[in-house]
Amino acid sequence: MQKNVSGETPQSVIRNFCIIAHIDHGKSTVADRILQLSGVVASRDMKNQYLDKMDIERERGITIKAQAVRVPWTVDGVEYTLGMIDTPGHVDFSYEVSRSLAACEGAVLLVDATQGIEAQTLSNLYMALDHDLTIIPVLNKIDLPSADPDTYGKEIADLLGIDESDVLRVSGKTGEGIADLLDTIVRLVPPPHGDETAPARALIFDSEYDAYRGIITYIRMVDGVINSRERIRQMGLGTSHDPIEIGVISPSMIPTDRLTAGEVGYVITGVKDVNQSKVGDTITTQNQGAETPLPGYKEPQPMVYSGLFPIDTTEFPNLRDALDKLKLNDASLIYTPETSTALGFGFRCGFLGLLHMQIILERLKREFQLDLISTAPNVHYRVITEDRQEHIVTNPSEYPEGRLLAVYEPMAAVDIILPKDFIGDTMTLCQEHRGQMITMEYISANRVDLHYRIPLGEIVFDFFDQLKSRTKGYATLDYHEDGEQESDLVKVDILIQGEQVDAFSAIVHKDKAYAYGVMMTKKLRTLIPRQQFEIPLQAAIGAKIIARETISALRKDVLAKCYGGDITRKRKLLEKQKEGKKRMKLLGRVQVPQEAFIAALSTGDVNDKDTKDKIRSAEHKARFS
Amino acid sequence: MTVDHSFRPTGSTFSREDPLTLQHAYGNYVAHRINPLTPLELYIHVPFCLRRCGYCDFNTYTATDLGHGASRSQFAHMIEQEIHLLDDWQEQHGIPRRPISTIFFGGGTPTLLPAEDLVHILTCIRRTWGILPHAEITTEANPDTVNERSIETLANGGFTRISFGMQSAVPRILNILDRTHDQQNVIRGVRAAQENGLRTSIDLIYGTPTETMEEWKQSLTAAVDLHTTHISCYALTVAPHTKMGRIIRDHRIPPVNDDDEAEKYEFADQFLTNHQFTWYEISNWSIHGEESQHNLGYWKNVDWFGLGPGAHAHLTTTHIHDELHPRIWADKLNAHLLPWVEPEYLTAEENLEETILLGIRLREGLPLSQIIPSLTSTQTNHLTHEIHQLEHDQLLTLTHQHLIPTLKGRLLNDLIINRLLESITPQNNHTT
Repeated sequence: MQKNVSGETPQSVIRNFCIIAHIDHGKSTVADRILQLSGVVASRDMKNQYLDKMDIERERGITIKAQAVRVPWTVDGVEYTLGMIDTPGHVDFSYEVSRSLAACEGAVLLVDATQGIEAQTLSNLYMALDHDLTIIPVLNKIDLPSADPDTYGKEIADLLGIDESDVLRVSGKTGEGIADLLDTIVRLVPPPHGDETAPARALIFDSEYDAYRGIITYIRMVDGVINSRERIRQMGLGTSHDPIEIGVISPSMIPTDRLTAGEVGYVITGVKDVNQSKVGDTITTQNQGAETPLPGYKEPQPMVYSGLFPIDTTEFPNLRDALDKLKLNDASLIYTPETSTALGFGFRCGFLGLLHMQIILERLKREFQLDLISTAPNVHYRVITEDRQEHIVTNPSEYPEGRLLAVYEPMAAVDIILPKDFIGDTMTLCQEHRGQMITMEYISANRVDLHYRIPLGEIVFDFFDQLKSRTKGYATLDYHEDGEQESDLVKVDILIQGEQVDAFSAIVHKDKAYAYGVMMTKKLRTLIPRQQFEIPLQAAIGAKIIARETISALRKDVLAKCYGGDITRKRKLLEKQKEGKKRMKLLGRVQVPQEAFIAALSTGDVNDKDTKDKIRSAEHKARFS
Repeated sequence: MTVDHSFRPTGSTFSREDPLTLQHAYGNYVAHRINPLTPLELYIHVPFCLRRCGYCDFNTYTATDLGHGASRSQFAHMIEQEIHLLDDWQEQHGIPRRPISTIFFGGGTPTLLPAEDLVHILTCIRRTWGILPHAEITTEANPDTVNERSIETLANGGFTRISFGMQSAVPRILNILDRTHDQQNVIRGVRAAQENGLRTSIDLIYGTPTETMEEWKQSLTAAVDLHTTHISCYALTVAPHTKMGRIIRDHRIPPVNDDDEAEKYEFADQFLTNHQFTWYEISNWSIHGEESQHNLGYWKNVDWFGLGPGAHAHLTTTHIHDELHPRIWADKLNAHLLPWVEPEYLTAEENLEETILLGIRLREGLPLSQIIPSLTSTQTNHLTHEIHQLEHDQLLTLTHQHLIPTLKGRLLNDLIINRLLESITPQNNHTT
């Protein structure tokens, strides 16, 4: 029987595919079963989610970095080489997803048979269709008692316009149906059709930093051949390197002499900076290289910004080192030093989305033991000042003063899939966040796909949490950039004892400024402990005060009795207070606990009567002044 | 701040499981540092109560017999044993015997013991260590547990002072506090004490949830009308794990309010001042010359022994206390061991903290001479600067080199302590 040799496999027996699925729909488990069944990972070495390397990935059950594994599979006596490309499941990484899709000819659309289609599945599916991939629909978790493959199979069939019998049924857990799935991939996914004799062109679909080997660049050969002793060039960046090693992954790294058209593999050049290996770029040979790069390369753009500040100001250099290290593995992380009058030295960071931000924060905390304050996330605004200058504002404290000709905010196209019972609540939520409904489609008798256009700034704040709570966790959300719109936005400042606290400033729609001001001042009133003097808390637009709360002066803190054993207790209490004070930020003369900064991250519920009354009266006053 | 790097025994070397080793190490440590000129006071803790008050967080028990000799009837005998063991310990380690300067029986309810038992303990103390002439000897008393006869016995036995736990003159408030006594008993008790030539003191509690200012005034008036010479007013403090803590948590009564207590404190200070009382410590007012000498000793950081379950002792820069539970306490005594729990050896820094936190409670003030010698010149500069700030904030005055809290500063005493301590913490000296 023929055996495929890595680096020399004919395109006719190659099948490159990826798996697209919503978080928790079992993509990694299915991938694990494929590795096991094909024999590249022995059963005894199998650990769950073999491909997800990072701890956080395994804990959260999500895949952050795409990986590519070469697995053999024999059908009718012919050995085929399957290139399985693991894609990140989350919307924040949609550019990475699109590059992974560009490296494949087919996509397995994996849907949980207990849950049905979710928002992310849809958006990734549309992306796969855009790339003309062959879609193989699969229902997973059919072993579960709550699985309803008939209902959800119909949902998928209707969506794709196919027959229900074409939807495969598998269980990643028991392995049932996996062999059939592999057979189907071989049968339906077209082989690559690159030009084997043309100058080499390879698409970079992922790269990662390895502490020992430097950057590992994952590529899909499209045309021609790359030899391990041949100097290569990145067309977008214009840089050249001698490869130290090229090879394939099956499932560990296996060096090869060359990679030929259609194959999936890796390149190591000894470069240490992930920015030197940009996802989407094209690799060719230095000599007689290609002239036209592969299409679709773009720099990942941050969508969400937040200021990160160490609570202990002496930790600033450690924060910088930590970000530098994370950046090695994550080119999409962007940061520049920032000085806040309230929080001291820190960094303004740009993230691909909220999840990306949370992952970075989590890693800074966990892997680098940093105690951080992160300011409320915001988006970027395009502001035209009176002198017709354009400013891109990524930090509320840099919002231009004075009269503005126009302000543009980024918009998002939002897909929300939810049970129909929650349509009313969800539409209200979208309206509260200045959303505009585009379409509403029933994807089955009970489930609806709502399509909205919502300002991105409204989504990054606490939209997702509210959506989850109003739909009891049933709704799923997906969004992507959708241009910009001119909006009536203002900057609301928060003043503590008359001093503006830059970390609390927010850019909000004019209609929501009062609500923001009232809620922030109220919240701070409960979070800042009373001190020996009265502390006025104000919210202001420019010089105009729109909300006000007062923390009255502390009058008594003394311990009434101090005899015998009280003395030791008292001393220990004072020592504890001293420790607690270290975790406070001093703004002017006011001690502000960290919780105050964290609380600014969410607006919470505005349904209590006092808040509503105060917002109403603030708006009323504004109207008549 | 200079730190005492001299040898200190630590918990790891002398564990609780080896009480004799602990006792010896502690004895050696104390012997090398004791100043025989420092007054030595004595506190005796009687851990029995008829019933437990809702707010009570003290080491008290309502059972009459906790076994192993930890009973009301055996209590005086057990204290006598503790006195002998303590005396032996002193002698073994060459710690000079000092006559006792003041004695205080607290609780619990010391007057649950027969007056003869309290007198017996006193006699035992006198025989063992001696008591200074004119020493103040006080017992706390629950108004329901004394009568004319028992008070006469105490007076004849050498007691000089009784402190009555009156708490409030308003039955509604006493009820919330879980107190059972009748104001008539207070009047009778105080009169009997006065007739027997005993000084008296009245304890009051203010800030009980729902207490009105008028009710607080009633209690103050009733106390002053007793012609007592000493009044202590304590803000009600509710620990979460007490019965009252649970009642508040369940929203059955409102929580204690700091602002309300501050107002009642200011009212009390004004009221008592109008009635010839002067404050001498944050929670204590007296007619001139009638200050409690025993209590002043605590705040001036003198030495004291503690006898009875959970009683604390301070000797030089160490703290030690007796086993909390009466039965464990009695077990150790029966085994001829001092019923101690591992001592705490204070660093110079901790000792300075205590000097400050105690002294700043007093009207006579915290003498700068007790702080400055242990500071560097930079620390002294910072301290001086902070003192000016505190004066400016009207929290204290600097009079004859003593720091004296103002009325505002008495209520915000923690703030003063924190600011003084912060001004002399070492890391502060780098920044400015």
